[in-house]
Amino acid sequence: MKLHINGHVYDIDVPETTSLLDTLRIYLKLTGSKYGCGEGVCGACRVLVDGHATPSCITPVASVQHKEVVTIEGLAKDGRLHPIQQAFLDEDAFQCAYCTSGMVISAVALKNRNPRPSRQEIIDAMQVNICRCCAYPRIMKAISNAQS
Amino acid sequence: MNTQQHTVSRRDFIRISAFAGGGLVLGFNLFSSCSPQQGEGVIYDLNAFVKIDTNGAITLMNPNPEIGQGVKTALPMLVAEELDVDWKAVKVEQAGLDTEKYRRQIAGGSGSIRDSWESFRKAGATARQMLINAAAATWGVAPESCTTEKGQVVHADSGKKLGYGKLVEQAATMEVPADAAVKSITSFAIIGQWIPNVDNRAIVTGQYKYGIDTKREGMKYAALVRPPAFGQTLKSYDDTEAMQQQGVEKVLRIDNKIAVLGRSTWEVMQGAKKIKAEWEDGPTMESTADYLRNFRETVAKRPAGNPQRKDGDVQRAYQSGGTKVFEAVYEAPFLAHNTMEPMNFFADVRADGVELYGPIQTPERTRTTVAKLVDMPEEKVTVMMTRMGGGFGRRLMSDFVEEATLVSKAAGVPVNLIWSREDDMGGGYYRPMCTYRYKAAVDADGRLTAWQHQSVGTTGSPARAGSFPAGAVPNLQVDAQEYKTPVTTAPWRGPIHNFIAFSEQSFFDEVAHAVGKDPVAFRLEVLDQAKQQPTGELEYDPDRFAGVIKKAAEMAGWGASKGPNIFQGIAAQYSFNSYVAQVAEVEKRDDGKLKIKKIYCAVDCGIVVNKSGAENVVEGGIIDGIGHAMYPELTLTRGKPDQVNFNTYRMIRMAEVPEIDIQFIENDIAPTGLGEPGLPPAGPAVANAAFAATGVRLRTQPFIKSGLFA
Repeated sequence: MKLHINGHVYDIDVPETTSLLDTLRIYLKLTGSKYGCGEGVCGACRVLVDGHATPSCITPVASVQHKEVVTIEGLAKDGRLHPIQQAFLDEDAFQCAYCTSGMVISAVALKNRNPRPSRQEIIDAMQVNICRCCAYPRIMKAISNAQS
Repeated sequence: MNTQQHTVSRRDFIRISAFAGGGLVLGFNLFSSCSPQQGEGVIYDLNAFVKIDTNGAITLMNPNPEIGQGVKTALPMLVAEELDVDWKAVKVEQAGLDTEKYRRQIAGGSGSIRDSWESFRKAGATARQMLINAAAATWGVAPESCTTEKGQVVHADSGKKLGYGKLVEQAATMEVPADAAVKSITSFAIIGQWIPNVDNRAIVTGQYKYGIDTKREGMKYAALVRPPAFGQTLKSYDDTEAMQQQGVEKVLRIDNKIAVLGRSTWEVMQGAKKIKAEWEDGPTMESTADYLRNFRETVAKRPAGNPQRKDGDVQRAYQSGGTKVFEAVYEAPFLAHNTMEPMNFFADVRADGVELYGPIQTPERTRTTVAKLVDMPEEKVTVMMTRMGGGFGRRLMSDFVEEATLVSKAAGVPVNLIWSREDDMGGGYYRPMCTYRYKAAVDADGRLTAWQHQSVGTTGSPARAGSFPAGAVPNLQVDAQEYKTPVTTAPWRGPIHNFIAFSEQSFFDEVAHAVGKDPVAFRLEVLDQAKQQPTGELEYDPDRFAGVIKKAAEMAGWGASKGPNIFQGIAAQYSFNSYVAQVAEVEKRDDGKLKIKKIYCAVDCGIVVNKSGAENVVEGGIIDGIGHAMYPELTLTRGKPDQVNFNTYRMIRMAEVPEIDIQFIENDIAPTGLGEPGLPPAGPAVANAAFAATGVRLRTQPFIKSGLFA
């Protein structure tokens, strides 16, 4: 099947029920998206599918065949970080940072549809993403301060 | 991206190996290790921590495992400070396990900075002195007349300057000075700055490889089927369906578990679900209700004797005329560690040795354990630590490394064993479950005259004999006992402190309210008693303890009205040699429910090494403490965990995070622990604020079950 990922087209032969997460991580070696719960309830595996933050762990790969998938690896353009990535760096919004990829993806999806989100809108968009180290205040600050 | 060859050519004639600073290798002369790089300079190791390229590039080694606590940044900062280099020009690399070079390689007990403060600065200063000596020899001047300036040696009189890269080849031949002086605290240029973590850019672009991302040639992914309940043993299994799962290649019995190997994580996890196993119950298959009942009965009885601490005579104090006696029972449930990166490890067991690669807080102990397991000498086992997606104490245990080792050995292939979230949450090593009974006496003059702690829990000792108010009370007794269970438990961020602070600081608050004293003033009064007239051993410094309490109270505007619906509670804890006090502020909404609005936090951890890292772990610790006091519990039904994923085990998320204000007490005391001390006071501060708002005392976690909170 043909997959559109980070601006590239991949022709890949995997079982249709394989999770998008495994396809990315195991076969395409894009390991930036992380396994956290396997149930779509922690946010660590989120990727953009046609611009929507989507849990890749419960998304069968066949379902994204004609869609645009963007992972954490595909956000920077020509070496220039996405403003959300830059804002995370500016705030040092990391601890163990295993959740970062999913956090950044959720925030990018939010900013794409709502360039100036309120505090409550940020909370609503990020509520699925667990940061076990609880770096939440800096993550909130990064998203609030990120340039549109 | 181009790949560089990095061939280490260790010369044969090592002349001096100077040991100082507690066994750290401060020099490897002569030409101890230099590494030619294609088209670039040659790298020399001046000691275990400092590598300098003849082209000027500086690499500092981080020996300890990075679990998100920030040591990979903070430890090299100590070296960089004394080496006198521009932090922005420094590259940091993770060192593998090499305890001959690095004395201590562990992430635990909030100990990395505490234990490295002197020795790592000494290592930096020693390397700097060798560079100075090399420059002085080159210029024919006295070393004393030279100084350094961000990666260069400078001779002020002649105006001569030479970069470290130009000097390193010669410096590596110089005698290793045993007495290199470290800077005075007032001249720090890197320590005390706000410095982001060194891995951030790789992380934010998805390039950083965690243990779970490890993939090697010929490697198989492995999942394990483990007993669904603690205490069960494997009777038999049928793998017919599992073997039909696409991608599954092999099924093996490993002791009491079944390993499923194959080509991808998801496929082996699916295969594991298709194993039909029969399990046999053990003699004790207890449920949470059994533990609770048993623990309450245990603490209601007289202590068995053999107290952990006994000052004066509590019984006599209770009977003294005009004395008021108070008593309460507190309970804390099992909690899972729930690192976001589930347990995993790469193991390659070959005839000639074992390679281990992955997230582990205790690489040294793990090497010993694995060497025994495969019956090989320790030097045949190599361990490389990856940055960890959280630790919180779970990765002090090496059970999953042992599993990976056994699977690799049995299957004869390299494996990456990955636990599912269900394995991780249901597979044990929990924060112990405990019950505490407290009793205290206040005499007619309002003095705290007796304090008694009696506890039982699923851990060696649920008590800390020296914990506040020990040392401040003339009559004190601490009795604790272990309850044996097949449920595995382990240290969990702020071990013991995380639940003892809740019970102790809440009960202290109870007593203060019961005798009509202000909780801040009463704490200060008791600490003053510890200072003026200590009883027995005093673990903490009453002045520093009082200092954070005063500071937090001042920050919070303690005692001043903040409106009719705002209520405050205070808690403070001394742990890992640091002092932390927190005031929690709750708002009572129109529907009567409480919302946690703000936490004011004062910390005395001595000198702050990295402002960013320090604030980050304390802030995280506070929220972690609130989250785990408020929302989750791990309950068991006949030994089987009732919660195995985040849909039933509630973690704190962004919406529940209060505003947080943190201040560090400034002093020139050598740094103390920080990864854990921020956590313990948060729960009791909230409980005490809830009492102020409602008159209801929270004695059981999680607080959400009380119905007081929105």
